[in-house]
Amino acid sequence: MSDNSSDKLLDIQDIHVYYGAIYALKGITFSLKKGEIVALIGANGAGKSTTLNTISGLLRPRIGTIWFNGKEITQSPSEEIVRKGVVQVPEGRKIFATLSVMENLEMGAFTQSDHAKIESGIQHVFQRFPRLSERKSQLGGTLSGGEQQMLAIARGLMSAPRLLLLDEPSMGLSPLLVEQIFTIIRDINDQGTSILLVEQNAQMALSIADRAYVLETGRIVLEGPAQDLLHNEMVIEAYLGGHQ
Amino acid sequence: MNASVAQKNPLVEAVIRRGLLGKGFLVALAILALWKLASSFMAGPTVFTQQVVNGLQLGFVYALIALGYTMVYGIVRLINFAHGDVFMVGAFASYFAIARWDLNLWLSKVFPTLPFWLSNAIGVITVILVSMVTCALLAFIIERVAYKPLRNAPRISALITAIGVSFFLEYFGALPFVFTSNFITYERPINVINWVISSQGVYVLPAGEAPPPTSIIFSNISLYIIIVSLVLLFFLNYLVQNTRIGKAMRATAYDKPTARLMGINVDGIISVTFAVGASLAGAAGVLYATAFPQLYFVMGIIPGLKAFVAAVLGGIGSIPGALVGSLIIGEAEVLSAAYISTPMRDAVAFSILVLVLLVRPTGLFGEPSREKA
Repeated sequence: MSDNSSDKLLDIQDIHVYYGAIYALKGITFSLKKGEIVALIGANGAGKSTTLNTISGLLRPRIGTIWFNGKEITQSPSEEIVRKGVVQVPEGRKIFATLSVMENLEMGAFTQSDHAKIESGIQHVFQRFPRLSERKSQLGGTLSGGEQQMLAIARGLMSAPRLLLLDEPSMGLSPLLVEQIFTIIRDINDQGTSILLVEQNAQMALSIADRAYVLETGRIVLEGPAQDLLHNEMVIEAYLGGHQ
Repeated sequence: MNASVAQKNPLVEAVIRRGLLGKGFLVALAILALWKLASSFMAGPTVFTQQVVNGLQLGFVYALIALGYTMVYGIVRLINFAHGDVFMVGAFASYFAIARWDLNLWLSKVFPTLPFWLSNAIGVITVILVSMVTCALLAFIIERVAYKPLRNAPRISALITAIGVSFFLEYFGALPFVFTSNFITYERPINVINWVISSQGVYVLPAGEAPPPTSIIFSNISLYIIIVSLVLLFFLNYLVQNTRIGKAMRATAYDKPTARLMGINVDGIISVTFAVGASLAGAAGVLYATAFPQLYFVMGIIPGLKAFVAAVLGGIGSIPGALVGSLIIGEAEVLSAAYISTPMRDAVAFSILVLVLLVRPTGLFGEPSREKA
């Protein structure tokens, strides 16, 4: 039925998802190739976070299938999806405020049982985010917004994911920090992790993505190379603040 | 008060606005209680010290129960009213272990040459472990059968189910082939030794002899209860603070969806939390029965309620809060029984709860509620 050629890391086939009584995703189909950054853009309530939560197994599609790396994960429990290498950095960062920075990172590595690997993972993220190393024994809730976003990404990297799902990483951050976070995202991608990026900041998202999909009330209305979308009339009108 | 009747007196208004009357009342009450305690201490320091030790002993037993309430509440926001009955089952499990199977003496039967204190100590540990494992299994089953299907139901459904489970455990226990509905005399796993501490020094009180008037009697049961409780509290603290499972418990208690995103098996962690809390209640059952050696199928209700009150007093969801709250309730109960009157002890314990909640609605160690999905 579906074409699971080896270059598709994530393949989503016609998923329909209800969020409570709300028909949130009305049959969306998209895919992501190994090494890509794919952006999902759209307004509030378009179904972007629902899509990520369905991939992560927090929500189940009524119809449709999700394939990761050639294996179906539609009904897999969340922990198995994480173990397969799909990790989400949720919207609003969702740091465990009552746990220390170090403990937050350890939770990110929960599916890893090899102590040496966890240790090297921690060294790795501390190298990337030196601020976190300075604050490793501080409680997560005491960090600033930017630091929390870095911790959220670092926590996501702890299990060495093959695909990172980023939900609104720029939310509530100053323009300077947004710039910094996007540099980090590109850097993570350069080191071999594929990225599915959900953003309201369409400008930023399209500037680093390879391809993008535009979601509108639970449907994909537009898709294509990010550079093309950046110059698409409709996208400019709806998401990039009209004509400059 | 009568501010509407009186002319607008700025002083009266200020007093009312700041709730000074209530606070003044609480301060007066606290001073009265302190004065009562101080005068009791002056009147008989030895008796007073003895009561404080008794209160400590009771407080630690409450703490072991209260921890189960607070941990379960922390992770699934459920007040597990069946917890007191799990404690009862723990007490009965140890009764069977001791009276039917002589597990407190098993090692001395296998190796009669070992010193008795050593084989008895290992036997007691075995009995406690039997109760802990029994209660952990019981709570695991209760959680899977009764609470897990209601995970996404309104909270009141789970609460009422908990009350149902509580009744089930009590009246299933009352069946003639289970624990029966009679009072059952408990065989202590250890022999009681009373030490008399008086002006003549410390010596062992011979059995059946009355202690001299102005002396403290310190029994090995107090020592046993306090040591076992401290060891268990130490283990629990290590489990929650330092192990992978404990950190996952705290993460799950804070935010379940995000815990799932970390790859934490949230349902598994919830089961473990129930089992750990219940195992502490099981140990508390053994200790309580050793102190008050009589078993009854509804014996779990009152200690369970007191421990629940202690957990709320300390701030439900907070582990240190449960310990501090329990010690306060234990002391309040014993001291008011000794110095006010025995029937007043529960009234005093519950009044402390009411008064503390008036001033700090989240309890002593509770954090202000953070409402979120």
